[in-house]
Amino acid sequence: MYVAVKGGEKAIANAHRLLAERRRGNPGVPALSVDQILEQLSLAVDRVMGEGSLYDRRLAALAIKQARGDLVEAIFLLRAYRTTLPRFGASLPVDTGAMLVERRISATFKDLPGGQLLGPTFDYTHRLLDPDLEGEGEAEPAEAGADPGEGPLARVTDLLGEAGLIEADPDGEAEPADLTREPLSFPAGRELRLQALARGDEGFLLALGYSTQRGYARSHPFAAEIRMGEVEIEIEVPGLDFAVPLGRLTVTECQMVNQFKGSASAPPQFTRGYGLVFGHAERKAMAMALCDRALRAAELGEEETAPAQDAEFVLSHADNVQATGFVEHLKLPHYVDFQAELDLLRRLRAEHEAREAGKEQREAAE
Amino acid sequence: MSDPVQKPDTPYNFAYLDEQTKRMIRRAILKAVAIPGYQVPFASREMPMPYGWGTGGVQVTAAVIGPDDVLKVIDQGADDTTNAVSIRAFFAKTARVATTTRTEAATIIQTRHRVPEMPLTESQILVYQVPIPEPLRFLEPRETETRVMHALQEYGLMHVKLYEDIARHGHIATTYAYPVKVEGRYVMDPSPIPKFDNPKLTNSPALQLFGAGREKRIYALPPFTKVESLDFEDHPFEVQRFCEPCGLCGATGVYLDEVILDDKGGRMFVCSDSDYCEGRREEGHRGHLAGALAGAAEAGE
Repeated sequence: MYVAVKGGEKAIANAHRLLAERRRGNPGVPALSVDQILEQLSLAVDRVMGEGSLYDRRLAALAIKQARGDLVEAIFLLRAYRTTLPRFGASLPVDTGAMLVERRISATFKDLPGGQLLGPTFDYTHRLLDPDLEGEGEAEPAEAGADPGEGPLARVTDLLGEAGLIEADPDGEAEPADLTREPLSFPAGRELRLQALARGDEGFLLALGYSTQRGYARSHPFAAEIRMGEVEIEIEVPGLDFAVPLGRLTVTECQMVNQFKGSASAPPQFTRGYGLVFGHAERKAMAMALCDRALRAAELGEEETAPAQDAEFVLSHADNVQATGFVEHLKLPHYVDFQAELDLLRRLRAEHEAREAGKEQREAAE
Repeated sequence: MSDPVQKPDTPYNFAYLDEQTKRMIRRAILKAVAIPGYQVPFASREMPMPYGWGTGGVQVTAAVIGPDDVLKVIDQGADDTTNAVSIRAFFAKTARVATTTRTEAATIIQTRHRVPEMPLTESQILVYQVPIPEPLRFLEPRETETRVMHALQEYGLMHVKLYEDIARHGHIATTYAYPVKVEGRYVMDPSPIPKFDNPKLTNSPALQLFGAGREKRIYALPPFTKVESLDFEDHPFEVQRFCEPCGLCGATGVYLDEVILDDKGGRMFVCSDSDYCEGRREEGHRGHLAGALAGAAEAGE
């Protein structure tokens, strides 16, 4: 009925009240606290922080609560808040070599200086549902393992680099581009691509990374190193001749090394794919590294055949806040345009029927 | 521009965006006005409403609105469709501006998919929400390519597409977002307005601004700009015509929405521009279904 599309204001307010009620769920069950989310759903918090591009665990946890556990919605909440924050400077590059490592594994060397540190991982767990978690039992405390020793753990890629077997990391003297302050344009430099991938959707990058493993831009990757832990973040303050530490971030870094047979200008050597993500987000960091390497196809003179190698395709569609908005905008009324299509379709059908009728008449006459 | 006013009871800046961001958007708007029809990239921000739901229009409005402005927001021509309600409430809250549903009372009109039926004036700005700003996008998905095509005025592909429509269907089968050429230079997407509205774009006394948030583009038609819908000499541009008048106000020569009344094929046509329709009814115009519907509306409440 025509009246049904009217009165939107009241309907919206009511829908939002219902949403708040559903978010709370059964009031007989205690409300979830932000601290509980922060402590017990920490990987969800990390994903929201990473793709929300805002390092604030508490706000991310609040967003998850507000979004009823819908992580893309939570990411969106955090991004919208981020827009309103002033920017007071750029930090110095973080040194992941100086990381306070909680987890560090290498798939390319059985043993290496500092050893393999498993840390908190789902790897090697048997994925059997644990009925004990229905209760509120306390976990057994983990035993402190052998101390990895004094000083920072050298990065595996640095160990390889010393022998010249792997390409050098490019020097990053230039001011890096920032896609949150400048519109993305193509061709996009690697630092811009990495930025887009770091805040890109985990599921999208996972699928793209997976596609490279299945032969769409195969790059023979090895996980040279995955490390997770705390890094110090520092900023240069005008007037001071030393960098001022601002605090610590937990990040996950993945360095993939990939076979490269060499080109006219470069010797045969391993090349790199790089992933760096806020918090503990291993799957994302690995997928990011695979995508980064695939996107370097042009630079390394490789044939560009697969979606994962196409920067315009990958970067234009990696952002889940953009993607969800545009897909879901199909819920908005489109009846003006639909009317226009309806009108055209009726006209074309009328013409079609007239033609058919004419044909029949001619046939009957013959 | 008027000075921004910080209201103490909202944690956000006037019209939500900070002043630096608004300046950045205004610079993009100025460039867009200087090069009519050209898509100016701008550093679109994440807004508190989803991409695809008018973030470009909202950012443009936020950049041009002042405390004395009167804002009207329409979606599908109507002021009371859900997203129009939501955007109007957003500015009422963050900018504390007066809002209106009356076209002639508004200084800024933000719109999705329609141009108001009432002619606009020199003191008005029409802000369009744009989903895909690139008119060549469905012919060429790559931005790198389409930018070159615009630079070289390589619009042959578009004409071929329109020609193929005629060859296949006997008509140009584009009914909305119908491409236009601006001042004989840039081919521009007028946003998904029905082609019925295209003739209102040309030579309009109002400033027309187009914002695409997700695609990070702003473009503009300064007042009194020549805007031509693409066509062929033997297939001139035509707008939709409706076979019956508005069922509520009896208006003809306006864009109508078809409303399904029952499951027996009953339908009626009503003005898509709800303010125009109400204005006519206040003046005493009655459509052939006005009485029946008023009864139904009362019964429904």
